[in-house]
Amino acid sequence: MTIETVSLVHNQVRLALHRLRDGRDARTRPLLVLHGLGERAPDAAPAYLDPWPGPIWGLDFTGHGQSTVPSGGGYTAEILMADAYIALAHLGPSTVVGRGIGAYVGVLLAGARPEVVRGVLLTDGPGLVGGGIRPASPYVARPEVSSGAPDALALFELSRDPRPPDYVLDFVRPLMQESQLEAPIVVASVNRPEWLAAVVAEPGVVETSIADGLALLARQG
Amino acid sequence: MTSAPPITRAPGPPGEILPEFAGAVRPDRARWVDSSGVRLAVYEWGEPDGRPILAVHGGFDFAGTFDLLASLLAEHGWRFVAFDARGHGDSEHAALYSWGADLRDALAVLDTLGPEPVVVLGHSKGGGVVLELADALPYRLSHLINFDGLPSKNSAPDLTDHERRRWRKAEIEGWLDHRATADTVVRKPDTLDGLARRRHKLNPRLPFDWIRYLVTIGGRHDEDGWRWKIDPALRPGGFGPWRPEWSMERLPGIGVPVLGVLGLELEQMSWFTRPADVVPNLPPGAQFVPLEGVGHFLHIEQPRLVADLVLDFLGTP
Repeated sequence: MTIETVSLVHNQVRLALHRLRDGRDARTRPLLVLHGLGERAPDAAPAYLDPWPGPIWGLDFTGHGQSTVPSGGGYTAEILMADAYIALAHLGPSTVVGRGIGAYVGVLLAGARPEVVRGVLLTDGPGLVGGGIRPASPYVARPEVSSGAPDALALFELSRDPRPPDYVLDFVRPLMQESQLEAPIVVASVNRPEWLAAVVAEPGVVETSIADGLALLARQG
Repeated sequence: MTSAPPITRAPGPPGEILPEFAGAVRPDRARWVDSSGVRLAVYEWGEPDGRPILAVHGGFDFAGTFDLLASLLAEHGWRFVAFDARGHGDSEHAALYSWGADLRDALAVLDTLGPEPVVVLGHSKGGGVVLELADALPYRLSHLINFDGLPSKNSAPDLTDHERRRWRKAEIEGWLDHRATADTVVRKPDTLDGLARRRHKLNPRLPFDWIRYLVTIGGRHDEDGWRWKIDPALRPGGFGPWRPEWSMERLPGIGVPVLGVLGLELEQMSWFTRPADVVPNLPPGAQFVPLEGVGHFLHIEQPRLVADLVLDFLGTP
């Protein structure tokens, strides 16, 4: 069971932000967990996050978990990035761990707003690949109006979003060049779709295990 | 919710006379269409049993921007159908907006026009939407008409990587801050002329009186003044992974008759596409008409000329 759920406003959507665990060390900043496509924030901090000494929070993206399922779809990774930004505006500067599409969203936000993302850990999970580096043959979906989370339109749209490597690098390169952190981006995923392979190839991006990555991120200020 | 979207123009304050514009004709009918739970305002000119033309407007426009063209086609027997995109005009303000959602909304309106293939027309961003509809659902279209909606590689600003990243970062920062407060944003009220003057800066080639007329369709008068109806959560520009050339790549494979019309006078809202970008991508038999001395809003600058091009292309309904 989550300790506390905070409701945040993102335009017409109410986002559910869950406190999953208190910190052992009050001086350590929060860790925000971004779930994979079709998932939701876990009920409690998963064991693999045990190395993190600080408090742990989980966000339900728009159309997922306890967050609003809006009418009519229109999902983009950039909208999920704004979801996460609004969560960080509540929590203050935090470290981010992303699963699947949460990893993609996390690295975009780390590049867009480095002052609130104090390192991001990218891990495997649903939605890591997206739609590849360019649009597939077009298909216009007409799903039934969703009756709940996760929104069928979110699953459709966010599994097809194009992720050109040079688009991602527009976020990553300034971050790697300007960040004062030892490790602004840590990659712990097994799978490396093209956008992520391009991230890993950037100088300074660290590849390691989840446990070692969390320890590294906790050490940096 | 009203039983149908408004056809009559928005009333102003007591005593204010609504501006007229020669040749502008409001629709004959209006109705709502539901697209996955989002209510869209749909307007029709011409006989209800006429052969339909489905028109998709550009970004930050609304169906009323066809008030000059639609009746010129309707008087030749065509049933001209246009709709306000989600968040635009009288359509519902949605929680989310995306290219894919715009395609789905266009299909929801198309689905109300019967099973026969339909003429589909798009202006500007709407031109990109109809290109993708034609690629995705070729059996639903009989003809494709594109008004200055052919984004190409030239549409991307010519910036160095470093400049592009800095520009993009500032844009994204601004957008994220906007999203964080979007629920409280309201559009700035103004007088009718004040609102028209602001819009005229974006559309400097269009007659000022036309913009004043548009205010009374795409705007409403509240106690504190006139303001555009468009969702304040929407911002011009935007960013994302989309590349303009991805739209142009749809063009060579279109299998139905194509008419492309390009305004050669470049202006702020143009795609900056030149004929040389279009010609190599035209499918066999396509008609392509570059118009000298005409800008991006070619169906507003030259409604008679453009209507004649369309009528010649389509023949009789």
